[in-house]
Amino acid sequence: MSVNGSQRVDLEVVANLIPPQSRVLDVGSGDGSLLELLQDTKQVDGRGMELSQRGVNECVARGLSVIQGDADKDLEFYPDKGFDFVVLSQTLQATRNPKLVLDELLRIGNRAIVSFPNFGHWRVRLSLFVKGRMPVTQDLPYSWYDTPNIHFCTIRDFVNLCEELGATVEKATALDAAGQKIGLSMPWWFWNFFGQQAVFLLKR
Amino acid sequence: MAALRAGKTNNEADQPSSPVLRFGADKPLKLDAGTLLSPFQIAYQTYGTLNDARANAILVCHALTGDQHVANTNPVTGKPGWWEVLIGPGKIIDTNRFFVICSNVIGGCLGSTGPASTNPATGKPYGLDLPVITIRDMVRAQQMLIDHFGIEKLFCVLGGSMGGMQVLEWASSYPERVFSALPIATGARHSSQNIAFHEVGRQAVMADPDWHGGKYFENGKRPEKGLAVARMAAHITYLSEAALHRKFGRNLQDREALTFGFDADFQIESYLRHQGMTFVDRFDANSYLYMTRSMDYFDLAADHGGRLADAFAGTKTRFCLVSFTSDWLFPTEESRSIVHALNAAGASVSFVEIETDRGHDAFLLDEPELFAAINGFIGSAARARGLSA
Repeated sequence: MSVNGSQRVDLEVVANLIPPQSRVLDVGSGDGSLLELLQDTKQVDGRGMELSQRGVNECVARGLSVIQGDADKDLEFYPDKGFDFVVLSQTLQATRNPKLVLDELLRIGNRAIVSFPNFGHWRVRLSLFVKGRMPVTQDLPYSWYDTPNIHFCTIRDFVNLCEELGATVEKATALDAAGQKIGLSMPWWFWNFFGQQAVFLLKR
Repeated sequence: MAALRAGKTNNEADQPSSPVLRFGADKPLKLDAGTLLSPFQIAYQTYGTLNDARANAILVCHALTGDQHVANTNPVTGKPGWWEVLIGPGKIIDTNRFFVICSNVIGGCLGSTGPASTNPATGKPYGLDLPVITIRDMVRAQQMLIDHFGIEKLFCVLGGSMGGMQVLEWASSYPERVFSALPIATGARHSSQNIAFHEVGRQAVMADPDWHGGKYFENGKRPEKGLAVARMAAHITYLSEAALHRKFGRNLQDREALTFGFDADFQIESYLRHQGMTFVDRFDANSYLYMTRSMDYFDLAADHGGRLADAFAGTKTRFCLVSFTSDWLFPTEESRSIVHALNAAGASVSFVEIETDRGHDAFLLDEPELFAAINGFIGSAARARGLSA
């Protein structure tokens, strides 16, 4: 399930965080793009979990190791630290209980990689401020009543949640509207304003 | 058909049309019932060629009333092999590429030792003197067949329903000998409801006066009516309400109006009667008792202290499970619980649920999504195994 309409510029960023031959679980693996990228370029031992049956069947037909499952319900079956990396890309905001899901990611993986659309981006703020309406952008194309994205957060919100869960942010990257990385030296408020997407590497 | 009808015994049971591997007194089959079966034999079919590395072998496990004739014309029925849609030259499981083995299970009636086989101690068919056979017994025998071919590790073991149970047992008992496993429309245990249906079938067979306590061959009879009723009841469980309605509805059979009698007024009645009648022409009634019992006894978690994940601890086997939305005999939840156990064991697992109204029997039919999943899984496993395309 791709829960936003972007070109998934975050995939390259995520892939760059993962060393070759790692054991990787991709939660919300969608059409398998990330898994395929990781298998082809990093020879990882990759597994996927995907909510939509259509997505799963397509992945398996392409030879990927993917199961139908719900991040909110099915992560509990995985053993502690069974993977080097657990990836949740563009899915956190669509879960029913993001805190619990993030907690599970940190339990299952030695490291967790989470990417999400930043609801603190200036376009979002502008839409609310000027139009007084929930933002519908190229990146977040759904109307409020039919969006699968039920738990949006800003980069600042996410950093707070990480602190609450005792997770260390080992690396964080914000991407602007063009998919370019925003300079590392910039302060959080800058990222929170200009970052359209964020990718976090976490450890606990 | 001729094989079963001719004479007092089932010739296909002792002298099958398939190749047979015979195990003498030096190689008994250890049974879960606590006894040894010896001598015994396994009837099997193979397709394709085993490569020099002996790494391209695929074992196909058949279902309750299946047999070893998976991809050739069945010698008893004259019909195509039961999985010819999937297996053959140029098919999804390409016999130009893979060496495919399918054997009749122990307890079956097409050449592997079963209740219709002659008991060497008495010169008469075993009947109920054969110990109860379990899924693990079947797999243990298959393992001896694989040894005979000098195959250390099977590239893939696959099967549906009871065949899927054998696949799970293989992966659990001999993980180092199974590179990939493809259990379809199956469960890690037989549910109470499924045992109930099997019991109805067995009671139908045993209630037939021609059953004679299992010694019908010696009495020159066969419990055809009982076995046909058993098959009719079972056949309903292989379909779905939606598929039955789509195919038959309340349509009448060759008549304009209800007859106010108990003839087959409805098409569905006529269809089921036909299914029952053709089944008794090809299957042995006692074997039906043994096959159903083997499924009832299957409970992989119970064999591992009640925790299914422990059945697959440390496994390196690559798994792909498949279920069908309208299968109420082995509903998706059965497969999902196996997936969860495999996740807990850290196994590599894929899981596909296929949308269809064809019920449990969908695994035997031309289901494009099933074939796409099998193709993808086998293809990636073959690459991982280093098998050339």
